[in-house]
Amino acid sequence: MTELRYLAPNSLDEAIKAFVAAGSAGRILAGGTDLLVQMRAGVVKPGLIVDIKKISEMTTIEETADGGFRVGAAVSGMALHDHPRFGKVWPGVLEAVNLIGSKQVQGRASAGGNLCNGSPAGDSVPAMVAAGAIVTIQGPDGRRELPVEQVPAGPGRTNLKPGEIVVSFALPPRPKGSSDAYLRMIPRTEMDIAVVGLGVSLTLKDGVCTAARVGLGAVAPTVLLVESAARALIGSKLDDAALNAAAAACSAACRPIDDKRGTIAYRTKVAGVLLKRTTAIAAKRAEGN
Amino acid sequence: MNVVTNNKWIGQRTIRPDGMDKVTGRAQFAADTNMPGMIWGKVLRSPHAHARIKSINTAKAEALPGVKAVVTARDIVDFTIEKGAVMLGIQDMRWMCRNVMAREKALFPGHPVAAVAATSEAIAAEACKLIEVDYEVLPFVIEIEDAIKPDAPILHEFNKFEGKPSNIAGRLEHKKGDIAEGFKKADIVIERTFTTRPVHQGYIEPHACLISVTPDGKTTIWSSSQGQFMVRAMTSLLTGIPQSDIRAIPAEIGGGFGGKTIVYLEPLATILAKKSGRPVKMVMTREEVMRATGPTSGSKSTVKIGATRDGKIVAAHGTFYLQAGALPGSPIRGAAGCSFTPYDIPNLLSEGYDVCSNRSKVAAYRAPGAPIGAYAVECVLDEVAEALKMDPLDFRLKNAAREGVKAAHGPTFPRIGYIETLEAARQSDHYKAPLGKLPGKLQGRGVASGFWFNAGGESSAQVNITEDGNVVVTTGHPDIGGSRAGIANICAELLGIDYRRVSVIIGDTQTIGFSNLTGGSRVLFASSIVVTQSTEQIIKTLRERAAKIWEIDPEAVKWEDGAAHPVSPNAGQFPPLTLKDLAEKAPAMGGPIGAGVQLNTQGADGGFGTHICDVEVDVDLGIARVIRYTAVQDVGRAIHPGYVEGQLQGGVAQGIGWALNEEYIYTKEGKVDNPGFLDYRMPVCSDLPMIDCIMVEVPNPKHPQGVKGVGEVPLVPVMAAVANAIYNALGKRFYSLPMSPPKVLEVIDTPAPRQAAE
Repeated sequence: MTELRYLAPNSLDEAIKAFVAAGSAGRILAGGTDLLVQMRAGVVKPGLIVDIKKISEMTTIEETADGGFRVGAAVSGMALHDHPRFGKVWPGVLEAVNLIGSKQVQGRASAGGNLCNGSPAGDSVPAMVAAGAIVTIQGPDGRRELPVEQVPAGPGRTNLKPGEIVVSFALPPRPKGSSDAYLRMIPRTEMDIAVVGLGVSLTLKDGVCTAARVGLGAVAPTVLLVESAARALIGSKLDDAALNAAAAACSAACRPIDDKRGTIAYRTKVAGVLLKRTTAIAAKRAEGN
Repeated sequence: MNVVTNNKWIGQRTIRPDGMDKVTGRAQFAADTNMPGMIWGKVLRSPHAHARIKSINTAKAEALPGVKAVVTARDIVDFTIEKGAVMLGIQDMRWMCRNVMAREKALFPGHPVAAVAATSEAIAAEACKLIEVDYEVLPFVIEIEDAIKPDAPILHEFNKFEGKPSNIAGRLEHKKGDIAEGFKKADIVIERTFTTRPVHQGYIEPHACLISVTPDGKTTIWSSSQGQFMVRAMTSLLTGIPQSDIRAIPAEIGGGFGGKTIVYLEPLATILAKKSGRPVKMVMTREEVMRATGPTSGSKSTVKIGATRDGKIVAAHGTFYLQAGALPGSPIRGAAGCSFTPYDIPNLLSEGYDVCSNRSKVAAYRAPGAPIGAYAVECVLDEVAEALKMDPLDFRLKNAAREGVKAAHGPTFPRIGYIETLEAARQSDHYKAPLGKLPGKLQGRGVASGFWFNAGGESSAQVNITEDGNVVVTTGHPDIGGSRAGIANICAELLGIDYRRVSVIIGDTQTIGFSNLTGGSRVLFASSIVVTQSTEQIIKTLRERAAKIWEIDPEAVKWEDGAAHPVSPNAGQFPPLTLKDLAEKAPAMGGPIGAGVQLNTQGADGGFGTHICDVEVDVDLGIARVIRYTAVQDVGRAIHPGYVEGQLQGGVAQGIGWALNEEYIYTKEGKVDNPGFLDYRMPVCSDLPMIDCIMVEVPNPKHPQGVKGVGEVPLVPVMAAVANAIYNALGKRFYSLPMSPPKVLEVIDTPAPRQAAE
């Protein structure tokens, strides 16, 4: 029988030290809504669990002086929901984070965990990609930053180096006329996993889209930043031609598989449908900002 | 027998006796029982869909520190094929002994091949890995179409169909008139083929048990099941321990829906406990439940219906192939026997085929087989009605079965309530309401009907008056649908006392007489008969005691409002003697007051329902959502209307899941690819509208309170109602379940209909 140790350090340095020492047997615990399920299923058998919830930087939501946000990787969905300002500035990111699991799961689950789980279907990831979030990572060799879309490496894998921990997400300040939105297709209405997930962040000026980013999930080994879709939107008044072009770009970007959750044909089509619907919601929100 | 009206408690939504425990988390389910010295059992399961077991070596597992016992098929009583069927109810023990533990062959991935008991779950799991099984892997077959091919891999070489080894383990037919002649008279004939996927009952509580066997062989079983007597009998048969030595104690049950009418763990845990001398606890994981316990059948059905221009059905032919899973026994009786029963069809042939294939053996699921058959029949009826330009309810009314009609499966109907359900559906606000219109969404409405046999059978009850003048009723059926609340209402009504003074409990096998399992929508029907008779005996005793005290004739005493009264002033002038008074006087008046009755109850009438379903389809995503639903059912007499509505709503919820998303998905290796609630998509609360219920009460004249079974009918019409509604929304028909978003979108995007009319 393998022994399981549990640590809950107060500092990031301690956490990294222990995590490095444990090697491949170490696992980071934020909300545990993936890790504990995997352990119960016998998929992973860690020798050391490093609980990061006692590290204040990782559980803090900070509004920066320039109007951006820094969200600790272990901030729970519910804590983000209860923040007085975050949901007003980043409604799409918030709705994506809040779609992870049930109400009960929301009390624990975090965007950091969702990203590090490496699932192409993680709900918060496409919204974070659309938002242009920059991830702060700390490891034995110090700190570094990475655009969020560069963190996932494939299903269940990330580009984190041994001993590295995702610390926080930095979201940029919002120009006037900006907003975002996230939609996912699930067969049920909740408690489900995205068959396709799509986040759009955009800025409108006098009805013209001046900036846009599109994040697309569950249609490829990793969540995609669909720059071709964004290009189709930028400079347009989000008219049908632009939306059709952006939808086609999303469908073209898909590299899905046939599996128990959906077919290639279905996912490819739905990616385009969701682009139009998500853009419409983001644009409506942006008009009010 | 006349039904009593103006009841005080019958028909009231009294507080359910198990409610407080369940909402506060105190209810004791099977996994909640523990014992000092208890150890843990785990099952080693076959990784293969089909493999001959050449040898099993358990030596290394037995040598692992902490391991206390190992069990293989050698330890389980063998019911050999050669000796023929040994039946326990509808279960053939030849199949049950092979289902709880693979014998000659492993027949599906997840089939138990050995079990281990150890001081911890982890050690037991580790020991399972040390068991060496030498498999000869064989080709496997899962889908019906493949299993009935001439060159299909054969699961059971001894099974012959039409003289040749076959996976078809049985056939039954119900016949009436001459279909060839009947179809000649038809102006319109529609024939369609439908497929459905295996779906699981989806009970929240996994199978679990704790079993203690003392050195003298006395065995105590705590487990969750739909019948403690079934648990006792099956465990006895599979272990050789006599029934008198097995006390099966029913735990509160966290859902069964038919799936807990057979055992999986109890015989294994009993033998492990016997070998180890320690109490053994076994709890399945959700994955084990999904892989190795009975879902219901996948199916392939062909239904042909012919009608005249004026809307009369003249002939019908149904052929229903149902997956049995690894061992024979699919519910072809429900599919072939129920599907056409709501209709008066002069020429009918309804055939069922039981098809074995390499997946877990089916277990009963709410009106077993009937929803599968009704799905095909009710969808074809919808097409026939459309071709005749008739309203689908009017078309059903024109052909509805009524008193005096002989059903193809045997009985001539007594007074039944099917027509009343159709009329109530037609008069409902729902059916009269227009459909809404939203951009990008299409709405549609469908209807369908359904029938289930219902059942009577053996029940026992003991009713005792406590020393303080209250009442304890013991029955022998696990309560999965409100039987305790219903019995309390009935007993309180008969005794004329507040229902809160009646405590209803479920006895264990050694404290109450034999009671058949909870299934077939039989429990309130059957147990209220024995409780009524017991209570009537008690009332007779109470009247006799009052008569003795008053020194008058017992005939001169009546029982009313919870007390004995002289029948009239002529009989004498005495203040009433209440139940409490008579209980206090009991020691001096002949002793304790109580009565028990045991019967094989008869007179269960079948149940009919008609459902109306509205859907809204998102045409870009292919998502169909049920937005309004009304279930109309002849419920006989709603003893506890809240529970009856709960049954109707629960059945509909399961049917909507079956219609839209639930399915077993298999990998290329024949393994279930979605063995959990994430990817096996049962509906969640927000997927469903409030399900409206219209309870039509046509009392059963053969029951003292007019009771008919209500629990299974409400699943029967649902998939057809949903399918017909989706057709109404899209103008495109679906011939397979589930109607999941990728499939719906594919049909929306396909220009031509898949099957053309004849």
